[in-house]
Amino acid sequence: MRHDHLITSKQLTREDIETILDRAAEIDADPSAVADRHTNTLLGLLFFEPSTRTKMSFETAMKRLGGDVVDMGSVESSSVKKGETLADTVRVIEGYTDALVLRHPKQGSATMASEFVDVPLVNAGDGAGHHPSQTLLDLYTIRENAGLDDLTIGIMGDLKYGRTVHSLAHALTNFDAQQHFISPESLRLPREVVYDLHQEDGGAGIREHETLEEILPSLDVLYVTRIQRERFPDEQEYQKVAGEYQIGTETLEAAGDELTIMHPLPRVDEIAPEIDETDHAAYFEQAHNGVPVRMALLDLLLSDDGAADRRGGEADE
Amino acid sequence: MSDDHDHHDGDEHELRVSKIRNGTVIDHVRGGQALNVLAILGIDGSEGEEVSVGMNVPSDRLARKDIVKVEGRELSQDEVDVLSLIAPDATINIVREYEVIEKHRVEPPEIVAGVLSCPNAGCITTSGEPVDSRFEVLEDGVRCDYCGTIVRDEIAALIDT
Repeated sequence: MRHDHLITSKQLTREDIETILDRAAEIDADPSAVADRHTNTLLGLLFFEPSTRTKMSFETAMKRLGGDVVDMGSVESSSVKKGETLADTVRVIEGYTDALVLRHPKQGSATMASEFVDVPLVNAGDGAGHHPSQTLLDLYTIRENAGLDDLTIGIMGDLKYGRTVHSLAHALTNFDAQQHFISPESLRLPREVVYDLHQEDGGAGIREHETLEEILPSLDVLYVTRIQRERFPDEQEYQKVAGEYQIGTETLEAAGDELTIMHPLPRVDEIAPEIDETDHAAYFEQAHNGVPVRMALLDLLLSDDGAADRRGGEADE
Repeated sequence: MSDDHDHHDGDEHELRVSKIRNGTVIDHVRGGQALNVLAILGIDGSEGEEVSVGMNVPSDRLARKDIVKVEGRELSQDEVDVLSLIAPDATINIVREYEVIEKHRVEPPEIVAGVLSCPNAGCITTSGEPVDSRFEVLEDGVRCDYCGTIVRDEIAALIDT
């Protein structure tokens, strides 16, 4: 990879993505081969918002590479509570660690933080912005189940605030993928994301819908996100749309046999539990893939070449 | 000098906005934007600057235009470039001893830093961090380099005063 930081999926080329996914597949096949690859390496976990899968999978990934983590802990127990800026926090923790993983409620936080540090920084979610490492495990799962080219994917739910959606949509423009976005009017993709998709893709592979029915039969993958009740100005508005975006066994009668259903989790009621036991369900596999994919990502970011670049190329001497 | 000597727009407003000896005349500002031009240049009169403003004067090219004259200050190219965001038709006249010694149009810059505030309350640049705002200039608006928010209308409302 040519990047020191992973801030958005927009910075990833198709070659970058394939390099990471191929490396993840190697690691997935034989995790023990990299068990001591990054001994004495410390990863700093800076999570300013709650996280289960992302945080634990980064922690697991670092430990399975032979390294360890230091964790800022909750915001309530950190200096953030005393009013410390993010810029100061990352500069301090940079001095303790070899790489940083940052989740923060503000959009653009990872971009800003990366301007203050020299160690690799991975954006693990910046508000409603981006979540590129999630995208890499999403792409890995899609590649395993449906392939990344000649792909027809439906992305449904909260497209406005869904950072996993924004990152995935950008990344898919590197491939021959038709993207169908399904959401209520109030939760459509932000105009800046649509702007980028048209820039990157010419708009040819992008369609927006309010209902799933019209495109469900043509989908290879249905990527479902939670409609976030708390985003709606009133409960009635939420109730108008919530039921229409739930997937039950009856919904899938119109779907193709090979349809893969994904979800970044946590889910609430978007996907009925009955779906879990069907061949369509890939969301737990998707969560599992977070570890090998993040192992591959960390391995590449912490590689000797990358470290040499950060030291000004001294390894070449 | 500017429209004071520009026969296309007539001479009527000469009476309203006096000539300057040394400084800058910003002409062909879209009507109603003069105060935003001053804001974007950080001129509020508190430093004792001598400023003349003509607003909504007749113009052949713009129908109605504003003119800003700043005595004793020659604008830098950076300042001129930033002006293009709210005054894309503006002409800049550098004046010395009552003579226009330089006259040019504004050109949009690629990046505008530290001038506009991001309207997205969820953007990190609005959070008291030690970072200047930074916007990419698009053909039809500006875009926050941090959160990606695109603003096409009301750019003047984002001027950080």
